[in-house]
Amino acid sequence: MGIEVRGIAKRFGDFVALDDVDLRVQSGALTALLGPSGGGKSTLLRIVAGLEKPDAGSVEIDGQDATRLAPRHRDVGFVFQHYAAFTHLSVFRNVAFGLEIRKRPKDEIRRRVYELLELVHLEQFADRLPAELSGGQRQRMALARALAVEPKVLLLDEPFGALDAKVRKELRDWLRRLHDEVHVTTVFVTHDQEEALEVSDEIVVINNGRIEQVGSPDDLYDKPGNQFVMSFLGPVTTLSGRLVRPHDIEVFTVPADDAVRAQVNRLQRVGFEVRAEMVTGTDAATTVQLTRGQSEALNLTEGVAVWLRPVPNSTGLTV
Amino acid sequence: MTATLEKVPAQPAGTFATPGRRRRSRTGLPLRAPSGLSLGLVVLWLSLLVLLPLAAVVGKAFGSGWHGFWSAITNSVTADALKLSIGLALAAALVNALLGTLVAWVLVRDRPRGGGAFELVIDIPFALPTIVAGVVMLALYGSNGVGPTLFGTWLGLFITLLFVTLPFTVRTVQPVLLDLDKDAEQAAASLGARPATVFRRIVLPQIVPAVASGATLSFARALGEYGSLVLISSNLPHHNLIVSSLIYGKLQDTSSHATQQAAAIATVLLVVSALVLVALDLLQRRIARRG
Repeated sequence: MGIEVRGIAKRFGDFVALDDVDLRVQSGALTALLGPSGGGKSTLLRIVAGLEKPDAGSVEIDGQDATRLAPRHRDVGFVFQHYAAFTHLSVFRNVAFGLEIRKRPKDEIRRRVYELLELVHLEQFADRLPAELSGGQRQRMALARALAVEPKVLLLDEPFGALDAKVRKELRDWLRRLHDEVHVTTVFVTHDQEEALEVSDEIVVINNGRIEQVGSPDDLYDKPGNQFVMSFLGPVTTLSGRLVRPHDIEVFTVPADDAVRAQVNRLQRVGFEVRAEMVTGTDAATTVQLTRGQSEALNLTEGVAVWLRPVPNSTGLTV
Repeated sequence: MTATLEKVPAQPAGTFATPGRRRRSRTGLPLRAPSGLSLGLVVLWLSLLVLLPLAAVVGKAFGSGWHGFWSAITNSVTADALKLSIGLALAAALVNALLGTLVAWVLVRDRPRGGGAFELVIDIPFALPTIVAGVVMLALYGSNGVGPTLFGTWLGLFITLLFVTLPFTVRTVQPVLLDLDKDAEQAAASLGARPATVFRRIVLPQIVPAVASGATLSFARALGEYGSLVLISSNLPHHNLIVSSLIYGKLQDTSSHATQQAAAIATVLLVVSALVLVALDLLQRRIARRG
């Protein structure tokens, strides 16, 4: 069950998009492929869907070898970043497309399409053309269209990438709830670590055509396998030659065990949080993230001397 | 696995309820002075340039009444010439719609090596004066030509028409193909559509307006073509006399009703062109709506 890819390699000319990638995606889970752009995550997704041919390796969907299957035989729902709406067809006909191809009876198509339009909150827009919808609505239409054929897996390529920040956040929450209802094996590509951490059951970090690490959001955040994963998943800074999270640093106004001496170089308040740039002898600059209350209790001002040490048992990697 | 569908709570972003289909309604605002002025100018310009000459021809055609008009277009020489020219123009439009689309498709989607050279070759018939096209055809298909002798045959006329109308469909379809969203085709494929179905239901409805307009242009050009055809045709009535040549002949003729007859024939061409324009537009709308 789920998806299994083995030894996938793909080049575009001299550019290595994917280099010997192995991955298992659990059945029924919501998995994020996370990484910087150009890292190969979209290529991997498109290979699973059959929209791109791998140079080497195999793809198994739901236990069946799909490596040589045409996209139309893979039972895959695909959602594109820029919606890929059928612009000449109404919202209803867009969603009905896959069912019409499968020659389902008219009344069954009608029932199923309205069921899906209700699911994505577009039932009153059935007769509109895609051009008359907002970006968020178009993407929900695309999602309904992909779900209509009851795919074995649902693949989303940067599904919220073209939307503004507010709609993006709302759709992200909504996708999570939708997945909890529909339980179809879902893989989505994103370069936004917050999106991946918030929505997914499992995150696959991909960079330079290779998988860096696979794990649950908490695992990856708390136990990153390497510096790339640690710095891609959240803010990092260096303290005494170690990569640490800026919120995992304790600040003292008097010397303490294992703490290094530093000077407050700059204080910046952003809403409820205070970012302090500290200068120690060894590191270029250490950023410390404090709450406003902490900062006031310590009486921090620019120029004062402080002592810093990582919070016990916090995440850190030797640089 | 089957997906169970239940309504997900909470309203997502961007839903503002405007139920049902909307129709664009006229705003009913009065024209402001500048737009009234420019509208008037446009109407005047079109009237002087298009409507006035057309009205003059139609007026001339009916100069000796309905009977004069009817006998001018139903005599056997004219009827045969009309049939030949309209038939050839329709055939040329049809062939162009199919092959022109294919040429545009290959140029856009397959990007063949030497595509630039293809582009140039396609534009040559546009750039050539029609009489030069006629000489070219004569050099190839004339009685002393290097190719098979097609002088005076329908095939010779037809090939010449295809030559001069080649660029029309290619040039109207090409930009539309370049603009097509390939993701939509891939989406259709992943929804289970085979390549032929993707073409018929996704690509065709989007390019058919351009194909129709290219075919219309081809038809209009072929119907009135003179310069390139007059050399390859022997202008024999009932045999290979085309209608533009017939009109020219009438105008050279000094007999009393010749000019009226020429205008009557021209009026028929006018009506046929308008009918083809409307028919292709209707067809195009049908296909674009069907999807």
